[in-house]
Amino acid sequence: MTSRFDLEEDMKVLVAIKRVVDANVKVRVKADGSGVDLANVKMSINPFDEIAVEEAVRLKEQGAASEVVAVSCGPAACQETLRTAMAIGADRGVLIETDAALEPLAVAKLLKALIDNEAPQLVILGKQAIDDDCNQTGQMLAALTARPQATFASKVEIVDGNARVTREIDGGLETVQLVLPAIVTTDLRLNEPRYATLPNIMKAKKKPLDTTTPAQLGVDVAPRLTTLKTAEPAGRAAGVKVPDVATLVAKLKNEAKVI
Amino acid sequence: MTAGKPILVVAEHDHVSIKSATLNTVAAARQCGDEVHVLVAGHSSAGAAAAAARIAGVAKVLHADGAALADALAENLAAQVLAVAPGYGHILFAATSTGKNVAPRVAALLDVAQVSEISRVVSADTFERPIYAGNAIQTVQSPEAVRVITVRMTAFDAAPAQGGAEQVESVAAVADSGLSAFVERVVTKSERPELADARIVVSGGRALGSSEKFDAVLTPLADKLGAALGASRAAVDAGFAPNDWQVGQTGKIVAPEVYFACGISGAIQHLAGMKDSKVIVAINKDAEAPIFSVADFGLQADLFEAVPELVAAL
Repeated sequence: MTSRFDLEEDMKVLVAIKRVVDANVKVRVKADGSGVDLANVKMSINPFDEIAVEEAVRLKEQGAASEVVAVSCGPAACQETLRTAMAIGADRGVLIETDAALEPLAVAKLLKALIDNEAPQLVILGKQAIDDDCNQTGQMLAALTARPQATFASKVEIVDGNARVTREIDGGLETVQLVLPAIVTTDLRLNEPRYATLPNIMKAKKKPLDTTTPAQLGVDVAPRLTTLKTAEPAGRAAGVKVPDVATLVAKLKNEAKVI
Repeated sequence: MTAGKPILVVAEHDHVSIKSATLNTVAAARQCGDEVHVLVAGHSSAGAAAAAARIAGVAKVLHADGAALADALAENLAAQVLAVAPGYGHILFAATSTGKNVAPRVAALLDVAQVSEISRVVSADTFERPIYAGNAIQTVQSPEAVRVITVRMTAFDAAPAQGGAEQVESVAAVADSGLSAFVERVVTKSERPELADARIVVSGGRALGSSEKFDAVLTPLADKLGAALGASRAAVDAGFAPNDWQVGQTGKIVAPEVYFACGISGAIQHLAGMKDSKVIVAINKDAEAPIFSVADFGLQADLFEAVPELVAAL
């Protein structure tokens, strides 16, 4: 039998996941400009974070990782999101529970505090959350922990104690090699997350889920920025339907004067 | 307020010349304050530094040149920005793959919040930025001592490439962090203009059906127009087009003069990437496709017939 201690470096992978409005929901801005209406809206795991969980589980299945820990910061309802991650294959979950609105810097500080205890060799996060579209947390975590980073990953390999990561960059691909421990953020093409099967969903309910708080971790999560208002984007009026290609070409040439 | 403190723009460049994204970022910087400096951090990069110094409105270029800066590795580039950061009230990056990679690292090292992808400067401390794939616009105020910002290029007209003060000051380059190493870069070679700054974009969706048909139908139109080729996420996911052609919330944000959406239904996440285009043309078989609600000119037709006809008519 293979004991987990036979694995190279006994590598633990930590995955950070966020509970967000489901990607298929068309959000509505509140009439008073105070934000986006989240009442009775379907919530899901952030799609890029789901890719992060899948990648970590695949590393474990390949024998490159020994344990996959999923972490989420937010309200009690994030337990559902953590169960989703465990149904994909994460071994256990940690909820850093708070009802406060968290900015990326605060999340990075919470994750750093947790990492100081958990000491993972690899941390995988989604490149951005589809609610605030910030694209910051992974890079901030790498800075705070003084570790190397590879953002927008489309391929991750563990080779001789290093992470070799191919990144999506403007105009192509770039490969970097990182000394472990390291931080990786996922892009779309890294993998296609599996569907959680019913037996795995049932099994996930029995996996350990610990809860801690920002106070217990000693992290101040007070927001730094003030949101003055949230508004609908300027609408774009629908134009005209043209009956045929000839009319289209005429309009582009004579009306819009763009070709 | 930090009135009077200069603004730092971290240049995007290829060591020889300046990338156009830098011009848009300088334009945003000039709305934040009067004195704009540009950091050019590279290797054998005197050409880029000289080009940056010529940008209109740039008072001074800080030029850091060293082997550790050859490949824009996040660890080294962030350290370089940190080394020159004292004294600046704003540090701006273009929201490109390089800017997005490095800016948050700088913000965290300065222990300040970052404001991502601003689309408008309201005042020196207040900015607009899109959230939820552009379905809402947030106005954010940052009281931080240093405002670390990424700039959505399409929201700011480029600063003129000529007319700057042509002042270049050398600064010490940082040493390599030893934490990461560059292995290789595979850049897609193309005769076409870059998607992000093309005047015309021809984009295809899942309706194209295969990568062969995507190429056979859309390439002649793009050739005829001198356009860049783009794709919807659905088309990229289906393998019809490479990932770096993807236009949308999770891909490229484009705002060309003309955007041709061929066989693209118009999912929210796609619209987020192209709805600021000056003229949008939609060709789609489905009369109910949401793309028609943002199109200036909509043609309800089978793209396999309409696009070749369009090529012939141009």
